[in-house]
Amino acid sequence: MSNYNFAYLDEQTKRMIRRAILKGLAIPGYQVPFASREMPMPYGWGTGGVQVTAATLTPEDTLKVIDQGADDTTNAVSIRKFFEKTAGVATSEETAQASVIQTRHRIPEEDLREDQILVYQVPIPEPLRFLEPSEVETRKMHSLEEYGLMHVKLYEDIAKHGAIATSYAYPVKVEGRYVMDPSPIPKFDNPKMEMAGIQLFGAGREQRIYAVPPYCKVVSLDFDDYPFEASKADHACDMCGATDSYLDEVIMDDAGGRLFVCSDTDYCAGRRRAGHVGAQGVALAEDAA
Amino acid sequence: MIEIRDLSKTFTLHNQGGVVIPVMQGAELTVAKGECVALTGASGAGKSTLMRMIYGNYLAAGGSIVVNGVDVVRAEPREILALRREVLGYVSQFLRVVPRVPTVDVVAEPLLAVGVDARAARARACDLLARLNIPERLWSLSPTSFSGGEQQRVNIARGFAHCYPAMLLDEPTASLDATNRETVLSLIEEAKARGAAIVGIFHDEAARERVCDREIDVAVYTPSMAGAA
Amino acid sequence: MTPLLKVENVSKFYGNRIGCEGVDFDLYPGEVMGIVGESGSGKSTLLNCLAGHLTPDTGEVRFEMRDGMMRDTVSMSEPERRMLSRTDWAFVHQHARDGLRMNVSAGGNVGERLMAVGARHYGDIREEAVDWLGRVEISESRVDDRPSQFSGGMQQRLQIARNLVTGPRLVFMDEPTGGLDVSVQARLLDLLRGLVRKMGLSAIIVTHDLAVVRLLADRLMVMKDGQVVETGLTDQVLDDPQHAYTQLLVSSVLQV
Repeated sequence: MSNYNFAYLDEQTKRMIRRAILKGLAIPGYQVPFASREMPMPYGWGTGGVQVTAATLTPEDTLKVIDQGADDTTNAVSIRKFFEKTAGVATSEETAQASVIQTRHRIPEEDLREDQILVYQVPIPEPLRFLEPSEVETRKMHSLEEYGLMHVKLYEDIAKHGAIATSYAYPVKVEGRYVMDPSPIPKFDNPKMEMAGIQLFGAGREQRIYAVPPYCKVVSLDFDDYPFEASKADHACDMCGATDSYLDEVIMDDAGGRLFVCSDTDYCAGRRRAGHVGAQGVALAEDAA
Repeated sequence: MIEIRDLSKTFTLHNQGGVVIPVMQGAELTVAKGECVALTGASGAGKSTLMRMIYGNYLAAGGSIVVNGVDVVRAEPREILALRREVLGYVSQFLRVVPRVPTVDVVAEPLLAVGVDARAARARACDLLARLNIPERLWSLSPTSFSGGEQQRVNIARGFAHCYPAMLLDEPTASLDATNRETVLSLIEEAKARGAAIVGIFHDEAARERVCDREIDVAVYTPSMAGAA
Repeated sequence: MTPLLKVENVSKFYGNRIGCEGVDFDLYPGEVMGIVGESGSGKSTLLNCLAGHLTPDTGEVRFEMRDGMMRDTVSMSEPERRMLSRTDWAFVHQHARDGLRMNVSAGGNVGERLMAVGARHYGDIREEAVDWLGRVEISESRVDDRPSQFSGGMQQRLQIARNLVTGPRLVFMDEPTGGLDVSVQARLLDLLRGLVRKMGLSAIIVTHDLAVVRLLADRLMVMKDGQVVETGLTDQVLDDPQHAYTQLLVSSVLQV
């Protein structure tokens, strides 16, 4: 065991963060200010998510960390190691095994259960920010439910691109009240936000925490004549053949060769273990050999 | 229709040592329906001042001016505006319009203001412009670029567009040629025939003789400067 | 007829200095009132107090709600007041960039108020926006251009369209023609006059330009040092001013 306090942060800080989390859960979608701490990583690397995870973890938890769906990227590996070292908790790459999942930019393909918590890393928590630079004004707009501006952004999309071009960080309204930025997840993931698990959002630099309790209504904003569509690449995974998962496009060579693969590496691996093979994939046994 | 009692007017020139200039005292005038009264008197006697007071453009110092039951001296701005819209027309010597607005719309405007539909209003405007010999090619242009005589006729057309029950005419025939003068005089006669009460200033004596029933010399209401000092 | 707006004893102080003091007036439906005075006379302070941008230190600003009830907009809750300012009121700023979103297209600017009151059909919103651009003489082909690509006069017309699209009953205007070329001013004035008449709008226009009020305003309020020194029918106040200051103001206008 290390000389760190459990999960790095001191108990007072974790208590402060837990209060913010509870308040966030009590007012779904509302951005709760909190005293974000300096963490041993730069802003933009998930300092908000890490603090929320630190305040949420218990010694019995199993932690999974994903970055754009993958468990093996620098950011995911670093954060996983950070908590292995400072909290000594078990870690896993399997969605079903984890009790706390910290994520950057994705929701796992597999449905989450009531005993699981999903922690999002959020760069800019204010969905109105790009059109209204004043924090005083955006807070007032939230408190008075003045959300016309959010639709102005979508209107501009349609006027410019002929369709709502916003493809990630697509704004949602939670429980019919607060308009919320779901963090930069692809809009494909938006419908998954109505889930059994608890969703917590942490923005370290902006010092905001917000939350969506289980089974909350989460509606993606749209127009009657331009309804929301949870789109993805019109393709099946080339590795596992899944047609229902969000895909990353990987350019293979200078000749335009490309590969579509599940962005959720655990999901893809699980399907391949179960014997599914995609167009460019190979059976798992051979692959391992 | 128009009833003026004990009307007085002073000008106070605050920026010239606060000089108070009394210009009218004890003016009385009654004009019945269908009657045309000419205001006479030397230049500066107060003919235009009286007309402007009736129209609410100058503020009376005392007395009353009742037009169709509204005392212009005491009425609220919106009451005066309603009176001007519905009841009291004024043909001044100068045309004052918004730049850019076509002549036909300038003439039709008083009709639109009382709720006449746009087509009927334009038809009436065209009719009047034709009677006053404004060439049709000018109707779609703004009158601001017209000659003085043309502007005067546009002004008259506008003044006669709506059939006001009471009218104020300030030199309506000045600087008009014989044909147009004749048209204006018949317009005045038609207005009288339909019962309009008219107060006018006519330097054109023949015109005055023809359309006016009475003359009032406003000089009798001019206070002597000695008395004022 | 009952007033649309009843202003009673409105004062605003900046520390020891008077912004405006003891202002009373009634504004009736369809009436256009001009407020004139030199810079610092308190006319803009008064306008901002009336429009809910500033909280007056004394007095009431009672507005006739759509249900016919008179409500004091000073003491009503902020959400209610902000709702009024999106539905029943309009505010045309002197500088178009204060009243427009410069990084949003013309159509989006006009559509914002519609979306703010719940419009959720893109096609309808756009149609309405194009219709309003037409009414303020902006070509449909400019609907997706940003206001930063517009001339000053066009920006001002766009601001007017953006404000009037929800059919407000009372329009506040702060020097609406200030800073525009005279030819552009004339066009804007003509447009405003037409809209005021067609929509039966009531308006309060703050300006230092007497020619503007002569053309637009039915009645006039003259302010000096925070006080109202003279009120009356516009042409009467301009042609037969009673107060020393008004006489000075009128006689100071350069004749063209």
